[in-house]
Amino acid sequence: MSVMVVRKKVTRKWEKLPGRNTFCCDGRVMMARQKGIFYLTLFLILGTCTLFFAFECRYLAVQLSPAIPVFAAVLFLFSMATLLRTSFSDPGVIPRALPDEAAFIEMEIEATNGTVPQGQRPPPRIKNFQINNQIVKLKYCYTCKIFRPPRASHCSICDNCVERFDHHCPWVGNCVGKRNYRYFYLFILSLSLLTIYVFTFNIVYVALKSLKIGFLETLKETPGTVLEVLICFFTLWSVVGLTGFHTFLVALNQTTNEDIKGSWTGKNRVQNPYSHGNILKNCCEVLCGPLPPSVLDRRGILPLEESGTRPSSTQEPGSSPFPQSPVVPTEPLSSNELPLKARVPEEMQSSVLTQQGPESPETPQEASEADK
Amino acid sequence: MCFPCLLGSESKNYLHWFYFLGKLGAQGHNLQELRRSASLATKVFVQRDYSDGTICQFQTKFPPELDSRIERQLFEETVKTLNNFYAEAEKIGGSSYLEGCLACATAYFIFLCMETHYEKVLKKISRYIQEQNEKIFAPRGLLLTDPVERGMRVIEISIYEDRCSSGSASSGSSSSSGSSSGGGGGAGGR
Repeated sequence: MSVMVVRKKVTRKWEKLPGRNTFCCDGRVMMARQKGIFYLTLFLILGTCTLFFAFECRYLAVQLSPAIPVFAAVLFLFSMATLLRTSFSDPGVIPRALPDEAAFIEMEIEATNGTVPQGQRPPPRIKNFQINNQIVKLKYCYTCKIFRPPRASHCSICDNCVERFDHHCPWVGNCVGKRNYRYFYLFILSLSLLTIYVFTFNIVYVALKSLKIGFLETLKETPGTVLEVLICFFTLWSVVGLTGFHTFLVALNQTTNEDIKGSWTGKNRVQNPYSHGNILKNCCEVLCGPLPPSVLDRRGILPLEESGTRPSSTQEPGSSPFPQSPVVPTEPLSSNELPLKARVPEEMQSSVLTQQGPESPETPQEASEADK
Repeated sequence: MCFPCLLGSESKNYLHWFYFLGKLGAQGHNLQELRRSASLATKVFVQRDYSDGTICQFQTKFPPELDSRIERQLFEETVKTLNNFYAEAEKIGGSSYLEGCLACATAYFIFLCMETHYEKVLKKISRYIQEQNEKIFAPRGLLLTDPVERGMRVIEISIYEDRCSSGSASSGSSSSSGSSSGGGGGAGGR
């Protein structure tokens, strides 16, 4: 018998999660893969505010009121906090179905649709539900192997189904969904206020100082002012407009995705069954309602792996004949992270794989064609 | 007698699992032996019920696979209690607004030191499911998995068959009901 020296390493679940996300701080932070534009957002906000505090605030605090930089600081900190919260949190990702569950659903679908003759396209996988006296369709996600809950959508960029999917925002480097929509809304709201604030006080600063030393001299003394004004001017149009749009959505309890697809507009379409009919109630629910915790369990620990070996099935040889059912004191989600192919029992593999239709990752544009 | 040990293995509480090992006098047993004594026959998935919107509710429809295993009323009662718990967690009212506004006022830093109402209710649910497994499901060779561990999509019910009495491996790796031809499961794990 050879003695093997093993180096035990704690593997957390985030390391094995499917989908195209990046994780930082050992699973505490979750973002999309492309973060370039997020860094740009950070740079613009930090850069503009640093210039503002360094130059204009010093003058205005003395000339007008020390409350000016204080209020700016509060707005700045709040918008940064909400930005980081939006970018780093789980938007409401629905974990993919485990092989057993996927097979069970496949069986149910087959039972409903009957077997499709070879060569024929299988009927679309849709379930109809009645919500508040309106018929709502649930679509089957081929990637996640689940029937998507109402209002959920599959983000093609992150390759995850997200609950109450709003949109994928490259500026925050993450999807905006059920769990982080309020942070996103508060971020764009506070950023609008901050932009208006900085813009206004830059103008005030230039006006006040120009009275004393002239316009050109003012600009020569603090050239950063020009940059700030330019950035704020262009940001104003986009962010304030976006805030207005999302305020409208919040008041009607709609998502961007639904608005783009036109789910609730048009005379032949159902009315929004999720709206309470009252603007205040809708706002309260969306912004102050209960916040469900993440179901991804990113920091849960997978069974200990030995160095150099992949965390494979947790069975030992010669045990249960059912490869998907280890009866050991392990994390129940240990099978979740393994590639689906490795875990589906052979007799089900053929039925699962042949039923796979064309991949249809959802983006608002693609989905609008599919639904209309 | 074999099912309580499965109960501990599915929950995250390893101490609970070892308690049951002790109870069975299983100090000498290793995991392989225990696994051989009870095998997973099939799993049943209770889906979400979206008739009231996106709130978390599960269908109370009784799965036919459980017909011979558990009384319909017990099962429905369990699911209804779970639904009530979830309704409590997602209730929109004065306290949830207060929590939301307070959190907003502190720029959500308060969640670093405080648990949300939803998380508290989920812990209650977890304890309830463990209790139900101990009292009702495990003696019948069933095991309820907390929906939180399945992304709140389904309630997974694992149906086990005891191989102690039969001495033969049971089949039934497909998900269809009543597939066990080994006949080892009927007696239950006593």
